[in-house]
Amino acid sequence: MLELRNVDTYYGNIQALKGISIDVNEGEIVTLIGANGAGKSTTLMTICGVTPPRSGEIYFKGTPIHKMPTDKIVAMGLVQVPEGRRIFPNMSVLENLEMGTFLRRDKSEIQKDIDYAFDLFPILAQRRSQMGGTLSGGEQQMLAISRALMARPQVLLLDEPSLGLAPLIIKQIFEIIKKINQEQKTTVFLVEQNANQALKLADRGYVMENGRITLTDTAENLLDNEQVREAYLGL
Amino acid sequence: MEYFLELSSSGLVRGSIYALIALGYTMVYGIIQLINFAHGEIYMIGAFVALIVSGVLTIYGFSGVSILILAGLIAVIYAAAYGYTLEKIAYRPLRNAPRLSPLISAIGMSLFLQNYVLLAQTPDFLPFPALIPDFDFMEPIAHIMGSAELVILVTSAVSMVALTVLIKYTRIGKAMRATQQDMTMARLVGVNVDNVISTTFIIGSVLAAIGGVLVGSYIGQINFYIGFMAGVKAFTAAVLGGIGNIPGAVLGAMVLGLTEAYAAGYISSAYEDVFAFGVLVLILILRPSGLLGKAVTQKV
Repeated sequence: MLELRNVDTYYGNIQALKGISIDVNEGEIVTLIGANGAGKSTTLMTICGVTPPRSGEIYFKGTPIHKMPTDKIVAMGLVQVPEGRRIFPNMSVLENLEMGTFLRRDKSEIQKDIDYAFDLFPILAQRRSQMGGTLSGGEQQMLAISRALMARPQVLLLDEPSLGLAPLIIKQIFEIIKKINQEQKTTVFLVEQNANQALKLADRGYVMENGRITLTDTAENLLDNEQVREAYLGL
Repeated sequence: MEYFLELSSSGLVRGSIYALIALGYTMVYGIIQLINFAHGEIYMIGAFVALIVSGVLTIYGFSGVSILILAGLIAVIYAAAYGYTLEKIAYRPLRNAPRLSPLISAIGMSLFLQNYVLLAQTPDFLPFPALIPDFDFMEPIAHIMGSAELVILVTSAVSMVALTVLIKYTRIGKAMRATQQDMTMARLVGVNVDNVISTTFIIGSVLAAIGGVLVGSYIGQINFYIGFMAGVKAFTAAVLGGIGNIPGAVLGAMVLGLTEAYAAGYISSAYEDVFAFGVLVLILILRPSGLLGKAVTQKV
């Protein structure tokens, strides 16, 4: 469904991605794990066209998207929940959700999706008119995921949804990601530092080091892999 | 008391004009953190286009109000085109450059546009016809507020209400607010940020041109240099209110206009600029983010 082929991305003269290739199949949950600064967030921003690749190709359902502007890529159904959540601080919870529907034309269906989001995260319904900037970290993460769902993604790209959250909230968020994958048949590409949780959730995983993919396998095998256990699971 | 009211009315008129221009500064700053120093020139070009169009229309026998409306309309369209082009050629290529580069580009565009009008038109002041008619119903209070002043106040107020509605309720308005709050995230929900930036320049230019036409007709003369001082004052108003903040720009403009009017009326017109910029210095010392430019509480 989503293919990256030998993608190189640069920030000025610094090469952040060094020829990475990734495949995400329809309906899967695939995770990309790696340390800080490995290039995980850059991978997502490159897929979304925010930092376009200098060379290599990216295909979405067979269509090359590596030269498309971000809004066209989003319109195709690749929607990202970025690192740090990036909630619009001076918009209410409801307005943030509405921003997620920016490219949609089926206005009548939107209310149904907002109800679905409020069903997933009842706390957001209570806070619907509160400004996004005043929410707690966990609530912001819930809102960020809900906002992405408003665009009816075919592939949901999640960047470190567990960052800075309490273990109980992390558990809840991961359960919801699973639920979205199963109920909405949304393909999920999950970038995480929290390798243990991510691999338990995912079908397959990629390990990234210094801008390169160094390992790829099923999530189960990666959990048992000696290298991965030492480097990322602290076991 | 009557003198006070007269000064207040003249202060509010100045304030409205500053506000129309200041909105363009503050909106552009809010979205791309650029002080568009060429913005005052758009206002000046608006006034020149209106002058030329009204000259042509007079030859064809049009009269007062119809000239004002037609000339205003054409001025607005021209100014919008200038604003759009300005962004496209002077700022867009520098989108990812260090912040100083577009600023220098802005100053360059300001000088270029001034000199372009100087060469294409004239260095002298040109008389601007009084296009705003005298209303009979304003007669009883004409010594406090004249018809032209009323028209300026009403036109500015209507423009500002229209802007507020646009930003609050329309699709492009929401896209503008989203872009202002987080440009990358706006792109990630599918906003075409380039279009938003172009639209912002167009809206700012339209407001400035409206100001230019009104001022031309009110003061009765224009030259290529009027955009510079008006631009500096409007920029001051935007900073006074808190740059990037839309209600702040209007409030700052009113405070500035009234300060100038009272200083000119009670002290001496030679001191009006001293007081105007004095207020700015005071505000920047006491409230560096401007009157309404408060930092938003934000959890990370």
